[in-house]
Amino acid sequence: MPYKTLKDLPLEEYFGPGHRLCQGCGAGIIARLVTKVAGANTIIVNATGCVEVSTTFYPDTAWGVPYIHVAFENAAAAASGVRAAFNAMVRKGIVDKNPNVIVLAGDGGTADIGIQSLSGALERGDHILYICYDNEAYMNTGIQRSGATPYGAWTTTSPPGKISPGQKTTKKDLVGIAVAHGIKYAATATVAYLLDAANKIEKALNTPGATFMHFLSPCTPGWRIDTANTIKVSRLAVQTALWPLYEVVDGEYITTVKVPKRLPVIEYLKVQGRFRHLLNKPEEIAKIQAYADKLAEKFGYGPISP
Amino acid sequence: MKTILLSGNTALSYAVKQLAVDVISAYPITPQTTMVEKLSEYVANGELDAEFIPVESEHSALSSVLAASAAGARVFTSTSSQGLLLMHEIMFITAGLRLPVVMGIADRAISAPINIWNDHSDIMAQRDTGWISIFAESAQESYDRTIQAYRIAEDENVHLPVNLNFDGFILTHTYEPVTPIDDELVLKYAPKKRRKLVLDPNNPMTFGGLGSPEYYFEAKYQAIKALENSMETIIEADKEYKKISGRGYGLYNAYMTEDSDTVLVSLGSIGGSVREIVRRMRRDGLKVGSLSLKLFRPFPAKELAEVLSKTKCVVVLDKASSPGAIGGPLFLEIQATLKSFDVNVPVIDIIAGLGGREIGPEDIRVMLNKGLKVASEKKVDKLLDYVGVYL
Repeated sequence: MPYKTLKDLPLEEYFGPGHRLCQGCGAGIIARLVTKVAGANTIIVNATGCVEVSTTFYPDTAWGVPYIHVAFENAAAAASGVRAAFNAMVRKGIVDKNPNVIVLAGDGGTADIGIQSLSGALERGDHILYICYDNEAYMNTGIQRSGATPYGAWTTTSPPGKISPGQKTTKKDLVGIAVAHGIKYAATATVAYLLDAANKIEKALNTPGATFMHFLSPCTPGWRIDTANTIKVSRLAVQTALWPLYEVVDGEYITTVKVPKRLPVIEYLKVQGRFRHLLNKPEEIAKIQAYADKLAEKFGYGPISP
Repeated sequence: MKTILLSGNTALSYAVKQLAVDVISAYPITPQTTMVEKLSEYVANGELDAEFIPVESEHSALSSVLAASAAGARVFTSTSSQGLLLMHEIMFITAGLRLPVVMGIADRAISAPINIWNDHSDIMAQRDTGWISIFAESAQESYDRTIQAYRIAEDENVHLPVNLNFDGFILTHTYEPVTPIDDELVLKYAPKKRRKLVLDPNNPMTFGGLGSPEYYFEAKYQAIKALENSMETIIEADKEYKKISGRGYGLYNAYMTEDSDTVLVSLGSIGGSVREIVRRMRRDGLKVGSLSLKLFRPFPAKELAEVLSKTKCVVVLDKASSPGAIGGPLFLEIQATLKSFDVNVPVIDIIAGLGGREIGPEDIRVMLNKGLKVASEKKVDKLLDYVGVYL
């Protein structure tokens, strides 16, 4: 593992300050970390979403590496095109170096509208790293539910009501879907565990073929959390086993951050306004706890500490 | 070079090979398939040193060649019908980002009912996407125009995508004698140059950023003007091509239009048939003419107004419809052109050939006779009529 402490991370910055992302935005932290680890010889392909609108507001750009945004549902296909172009141009001696090609796409652009082009790129095994920054809803358009919104969460299109708990479905297992394509490397990550994430980015970039990372990315307005609590909430997601940190190498699942003593899910839910309507509904919280228990069992997280 | 037997599809593929394209991405759809099959073969044999991306949809086909073009590669894609409609969104973006993507379109009808045969509904639905749109009449022309397309698209005064239209089955699958030009001549005529604005880690640039109301209009305006101004480059490219190949096509093929009472305006492969019927009707003393339009975008309005001002009635043959409008898309364009240039010649529209319905010699006679009637009676009874529909 090349990164043992934060001091090991490169000092170079390729994601500049002054962008228009919200205070406390998880995606901004991810963009900064990804470009730091990947370095200057990198091309970013971005799907339409928060990061795109907030970092490329003409005539400004936050990007110190080449960047392209085409549309919402086609970031993986665009990345395949960039990779193919460099493969051909390096072979023909038109350019000398083949860069990293990294997709940044939100959960809507990945789990919903972009899943077809993602599946195509993963199946073809094009050498790209696809990173989904998952803030668990369509935040850019004003907090509408997506296929990655967790059970019970309030969004503007999954409002809790007399006959509804809020979001009625559970999150899509994006890593599972990616792994089913036979790719060599996939992983989860989140902003509270930067070193874990940095090492995974590095590993993914050095793995041949297509690789996939699913990054939990707290959204302060969408999750109804204090702008100072991004990292805290991100850490609670891991500590409750709602967001286990693992990697899948050649199909083998390996837990990367162990949690010997788990916290009950209520600790995670109660600090977020999007779950506020569930706090007096123990039967709903029990369902979410059961979901976390299953994940804990799968990834070897310990029992809930009293 | 010696003459060989090629279909519209394989003629186009042959040109793409000679153009030393770097990235090809395509999804199969009838009647485009034999084109990409041939290109896959060239790549598999090592005859063409290119990356072939076998994408999962046409949307991804255009998205991937768009991005490859942004990275600086010479690219090609092709499609037809429903596939072209799936690309619709990305067609605007290709033109908006000013990327010199070249696409072959095997023009085909649109569902429903599902139909794999030729008409122009697919390309007419892309009218306002900002691409240069060229129509071919033969396999030879498909070949020649493909080579011209790269020179036009990559010209630094243009920097726009080009689509090459050739009628599904009628051109795509018909084998004709084609005389290619030498490989070296192709690359001398359309040389590969490294563009300045590309995705390059040595010179990082942001492509596809957000254009707020303060900037969007200017970016759009520049793309609109570039399409308008590309006319000059298109004419020049054709002239230069004629010098090296002996073949040039111009903006249109006008046949017997000079002293005519009526002229039938058409797009694509039907042009040759119209000229033959014109020849026969002339033999009977009827003053008819044909104008086969080669370029739909940018629309050569001034040039058409000039040539059509010399006749007494213009009949437009539309192989597409614009339901609810007073006529088909080509008619609307011609009508607006003549009125705008103060050419006081009546225009009538004929919609025919939808979904591959055969347009036979008798049908063309019927169309021309309608024009002759308007010319002699000096009045239009019916602005829009359908030929070959039986209900």
